[in-house]
Amino acid sequence: MHGVMHFSSPAATPDRRTVLSAQGIPDDATVPDRVAALVEEAFEIYSRLVEPAGIQAEISTEEFAAIYRGEGGNAPRTPLAGIFPDARRLALFAVTIGQPVCLEISRLFSDRDPALGYALDTIASAGADSLAEVMARRFETDLAPSSEIAHRVRVLPYSPGYCGWHVSGQGKLFAALRPERVGISLNASYLMQPLKSVSGVLVAADPEVHEFDIDFPFCADCADQACRQRIQSVLFDIGGQ
Amino acid sequence: MDVLQEIGSSLRNGEDERVAELTRQAIDAGMPVGEILNDGLIGGMNVVGDLFRRHEIFLPEVLLAARAMQRGIDLLAPLLIEEGIPSAGKVVIGTAQGDLHDIGKNLVGIMLKGAGFEVIDLGNDVPAERFVDAAVEAGAPLIGMSALLTTTMTSMKGVVDLLRERGLAGKIQTIIGGAPVSKEFADEIGADAHGYDAANAVEQVKALLAGA
Repeated sequence: MHGVMHFSSPAATPDRRTVLSAQGIPDDATVPDRVAALVEEAFEIYSRLVEPAGIQAEISTEEFAAIYRGEGGNAPRTPLAGIFPDARRLALFAVTIGQPVCLEISRLFSDRDPALGYALDTIASAGADSLAEVMARRFETDLAPSSEIAHRVRVLPYSPGYCGWHVSGQGKLFAALRPERVGISLNASYLMQPLKSVSGVLVAADPEVHEFDIDFPFCADCADQACRQRIQSVLFDIGGQ
Repeated sequence: MDVLQEIGSSLRNGEDERVAELTRQAIDAGMPVGEILNDGLIGGMNVVGDLFRRHEIFLPEVLLAARAMQRGIDLLAPLLIEEGIPSAGKVVIGTAQGDLHDIGKNLVGIMLKGAGFEVIDLGNDVPAERFVDAAVEAGAPLIGMSALLTTTMTSMKGVVDLLRERGLAGKIQTIIGGAPVSKEFADEIGADAHGYDAANAVEQVKALLAGA
């Protein structure tokens, strides 16, 4: 499984609740009318400008081991180092919501409309994450013909810059995947442009393989510990079948 | 309700057209420009900031208020220059070298402006020399830096070190912030303060400049 993918705008559009939550508005809060109107305006701009695209390339465990070593900057112990050798399948991926939305965010801040700029920024961030999820679900679906593994296997994306995988790992990942073909480039600091892009590896593995304890040194500095929710989602998913 | 109170109330509601209209009204009535700025616009934003700190309003509401305030400032700016009324202070801000994530820095800039500070925004991916040169050139006593990545936050130390090298430590202070940045990290690299969010950064800036 390999190649460039283009998505519909809805695939890259997060739900309202996720966006409001990213703006610090809890699920049970009443959203003020003017904030609701602002978010709707930002969604309208987003749907007009979003240009979602992605690229994926399946890779062997041995090939990924070399990519994961990167420039040697990873933490001495990382969750992914213990996960990927037990994966059934691996695929490098990169997704983006495109440059026009990112330029519009900058323009809004420059034009002194921080409220709308911030609303659009939160939609764009959540939109890029949604696309990464879409890629993961597609990879999962693609595994279906392999009936011996499709039953239990769950796919989660893992990205450089998180959980001890040093961001400099982007260098080898980009060399192997070549996301330039969908308009994603890397700067000298290993940051992607458009900024609202996500890259990494899709790990197809039995749910238990994705599980790890949050006892790594870098876990103490992690603000959101989103890994807990991700792990729970795959464990619950399989448990609920 | 007098016009200044009404400006504050309209700011709280994010009514930008109304804030512009009331500011114009106050100017036309011959009210002192400094009074309109401090008691109307900045006073109003201070209330908004307090409400946010007490979790009584959400961040988008603060930003709507900031947008409304800007409409008033646009009308006052030429008059403030004409009358030589100074800002609350100058602050140079930017994201650390190598980092392109500027949303946090932008929010701090907006809140600082709301508190009456003059903000010199250097944008993102700012090298240490540029931070220091800009502060010297503008006569700013404070540099604010933001980073989202653990790999770029280390470049903040370069700014602190460069200030020391040039004998500017103490004359130009530093405040840092961003998701991976902590008070401990600020102490470790020798930064003068750490802002854990945009509202707290404004409080820290006020405290640093008051002590300067």
